[in-house]
Amino acid sequence: MEDLLKKYEEKLPSAIIDEIRENMPKKISEAKAREILERIESEYENMKAEPGESVGIVSAESIGEPGTQMTLNTFHFAGVAEMNITTGLPRIIEILDGRKQITTPMMEIYLKKPYSQGKDIKKIAMYIKETKLSDIASEITLNIAESRIEVSINEEKAKELGITEAKLIQALKISNKTLSVDIKKGTYIFKAKSKDENANQIYKSKDKIKESYIRGIRGIKQILPVKKEGEFMIITAGSNLKKILSLPFVDETRTTTNDIFEIEDALGIEASRQALINEVYKVIDTQGLNVDIRHLMLVADTMCFNGKLKGITRYGVVKEKASVLARASFETPIKHLISASITGELDPLNSVVENVMLNQPVPVGTGLPKLVTVKDAGKK
Amino acid sequence: MADVYLSGKYIGTTDSPSEFISRVREERRKGIIPDNVNINHNHESNEVFIEAARGRLRRPLIVVKDGKPTLTDQHIKQLEKKEARWSDLVKQGIIEYLDASEEDNTLIAFFESELTPKHTHLEITPLAIFGLVTALVPYANFNSAQKVNTGSKNQKQALGFYASNYHIRMDMDVNVLHYPQKPVVKSVMHDISEYDQHPSGQNVVVAVMSYKGYNMEDAIIINKASIERGLGRGTYFRPMVAEELRYSGGLVDEISIPDKDVKGYKSEKDYRYLEEDGIIYPEAKVKEGDVVIGKTSPPRFLSGMDQYRLASDTRRESSLIMKHGEEGIVDLILITENGEGNKLVQVKIRDERIPEIGDKLTSRHGQKGVIGLIVPHTDMPFTISGIVPDLLFSPHGIPSRMTMAHLIELLAGKTGGLSGRYINGTIFDSEPEEALRKELLGLGFRDNGLETMYNGETGEKFTVRIFVGNMYYLRLKHMVANKIHSRARGPIQLLTRQPTEGRAKEGGLRLGEMEKDTFVAHGASLLLKERFDSDRTVVPLCENCGIIAIHDEFKKKNYCPICGESVEISFIEISYAFKLMLDEFKSMGIYPKMQLKSKY
Repeated sequence: MEDLLKKYEEKLPSAIIDEIRENMPKKISEAKAREILERIESEYENMKAEPGESVGIVSAESIGEPGTQMTLNTFHFAGVAEMNITTGLPRIIEILDGRKQITTPMMEIYLKKPYSQGKDIKKIAMYIKETKLSDIASEITLNIAESRIEVSINEEKAKELGITEAKLIQALKISNKTLSVDIKKGTYIFKAKSKDENANQIYKSKDKIKESYIRGIRGIKQILPVKKEGEFMIITAGSNLKKILSLPFVDETRTTTNDIFEIEDALGIEASRQALINEVYKVIDTQGLNVDIRHLMLVADTMCFNGKLKGITRYGVVKEKASVLARASFETPIKHLISASITGELDPLNSVVENVMLNQPVPVGTGLPKLVTVKDAGKK
Repeated sequence: MADVYLSGKYIGTTDSPSEFISRVREERRKGIIPDNVNINHNHESNEVFIEAARGRLRRPLIVVKDGKPTLTDQHIKQLEKKEARWSDLVKQGIIEYLDASEEDNTLIAFFESELTPKHTHLEITPLAIFGLVTALVPYANFNSAQKVNTGSKNQKQALGFYASNYHIRMDMDVNVLHYPQKPVVKSVMHDISEYDQHPSGQNVVVAVMSYKGYNMEDAIIINKASIERGLGRGTYFRPMVAEELRYSGGLVDEISIPDKDVKGYKSEKDYRYLEEDGIIYPEAKVKEGDVVIGKTSPPRFLSGMDQYRLASDTRRESSLIMKHGEEGIVDLILITENGEGNKLVQVKIRDERIPEIGDKLTSRHGQKGVIGLIVPHTDMPFTISGIVPDLLFSPHGIPSRMTMAHLIELLAGKTGGLSGRYINGTIFDSEPEEALRKELLGLGFRDNGLETMYNGETGEKFTVRIFVGNMYYLRLKHMVANKIHSRARGPIQLLTRQPTEGRAKEGGLRLGEMEKDTFVAHGASLLLKERFDSDRTVVPLCENCGIIAIHDEFKKKNYCPICGESVEISFIEISYAFKLMLDEFKSMGIYPKMQLKSKY
């Protein structure tokens, strides 16, 4: 049996061999096993894309056609105010365009053993959430007469979050370096450090004070601890993968975000390729549509093969096309033609669009193979 | 204190806005203030808006005082005796027109029985929520709202008897139905609008069934004998207009039979219908290519070198010719002058349009469909009493569209037709379905409208009973004769050498970007090339400088405009559009050099 499998090691990928090894009945005659393997091999060869098959356009059509059926819906989280996620077509466009700022960044944080059973889950959630001064302040007033800003704190909220006076002062000092901070009778007073600052500048810094970072992980705007399949995890609105992964209680093998650029930054291009496939597939799957994963893999590959994530836009993937005519026929033709004429670019005409323009056979399918005859074959 | 605005402009304040407003309203009802002024009190912002600008949508309502309508039986009697008119009621302040803003301050009752002392106005009729054409849809309150809308839209496109002097009018692009009928199922709006004077449909016998699959996807099947008896038959009128325009330099167009030396002269045969004045005679049967009005124009450019040219005085042919695919009979000729005193000739051409496969018909409920098959009378299914339906309607059009009124009209039409009376199908105020069923039963038919039917071809009885009834069908102005289009060879554009666009220019059907992609996806590369071959050209190319060279047919010589004759010149096949693009590059100062290499 093993000898037989060894023969096929070059013909079939190891994943398939492993699967055969697992599922092959123990008592099987060699003739039958051989027949099975032969059938698997021919099936495998059948599934391969043939030379000259236009996989790119087939992928584009296979993703584009279901895309027309997708509805513009957002997915709502019950119970949490204003926590909805863009899905459907807008989300797919966002991913494939390679937008750096996505509309609803979101994380799924898995926890390590004692915590995943519910230990300190509230504390952890509170710890992760980014707290700003405006979250715990009950009143922020501008005192123009003495050109200062007075902030009174909602004690209850602060206590709930475990923020002490000393901690707060320290945090405020760090996030407001141009201002001095004092406490008088429970109100925090902000004053300009340099004397020549006038009231107008104080007024301008009011909004900045509101947004003062106090505690938690930057970017995590909302948290929602949930119990999923017998374990506790945290869903967040807002994302900061690098910081979250460095926390000791986080299970870094499963924790993920929907911000592909953060994944690229924290885990590298291979991880972001997989994340890209997962994210697009998730959208298509939840819409009840059926797209072969290999189409998404091809798209993800073209977006990632350069080592940096590139969107399918005129600044991303299209910019990388070899042909001037192909680039010019997409968007901003004049820009491409001028730069091509300045550098004296050569268009080898070996892709589809250029050849359609010239009315030549496109080099795919029947246009790819060429018949060569030896001119002087009879002479020899 | 409330601010007062007149037509959006601030004019002052009032201390007691409600008193002020009621005084304005009272004086309006008395006729002191014009009745087209509306006043509105915005309680939230405590502002008073008086509107007198044009363009506000207003609607009439009966004024209510102390819970009683001011319109009394006496008024109605006066109206019936024609002693009073609508405008008298408006003048007396019994009926007033409100705009959207004043409506905010009112409480309007739908029916008189609902009136309380709080109410300020009473609706004249619930039908008033619909417009004129929508109110022509019978039993529309049983339809889904969307289908009421499409039903009313369709009626506007129906062939009918639009004007009794149609034969002396020079209307553009109009149709007339030959045998229009009054609808059996009608509403009060039919009476009010005197629909009987200009009907636009016919009462037909409809069986709700499928027939050989030719009425799937909303198609309908029509009895050939019905068409031969005049069902849906109409005439299409198309005018042709020619003017003797005046140009600078005292030159004028001339309506006459063109001379043979005129530039662009057609063949003598094309001018055969023209009489001495250059205009066709009435009742001439014209087909495509025939000249209807002969006309010549002065040469286009008269400046510069033209004066030295011999042929500069030749006139241009600019006759009015029947376009591709058009035919008809000359109906009416009008010779007159236009506003500038130029001679104006109008020729109206009529074309009888017998319903054919692809023509569009509809009921009044948005149940539109095209004719899918015309069946001989002998092959049509027939009922047990020997009735052969005019039209077969597919039952699959009903469930998803929920046009219940379509079915009720069928039943009502049947009852009305059998009892010989008109049925009132006014929205919200129609004859109830139950009464119709009872009457139908009394006439010797099943009360649900079903009838036993027989296959017209085999004579076998259908195992299922068929819903048969009578309803008003409209023929819509969208006819295949005006839309059919195909092309194998044909005209091309001068600039790009690609086929022209559109039916009027006998254009090609575009194989677009996405269609192209499907060819690529199939790998049908050579087929794709063939599809895009419409502007294929063979051009000489200088292999030295890579620019398109010149082929001299007389000297049988090829040469490059830059490198001369002593270079190798090869012929390449490209699309003309690409050659054009290369020329445009050159005009921009970009040097598009082509390098040739052997394909193999």
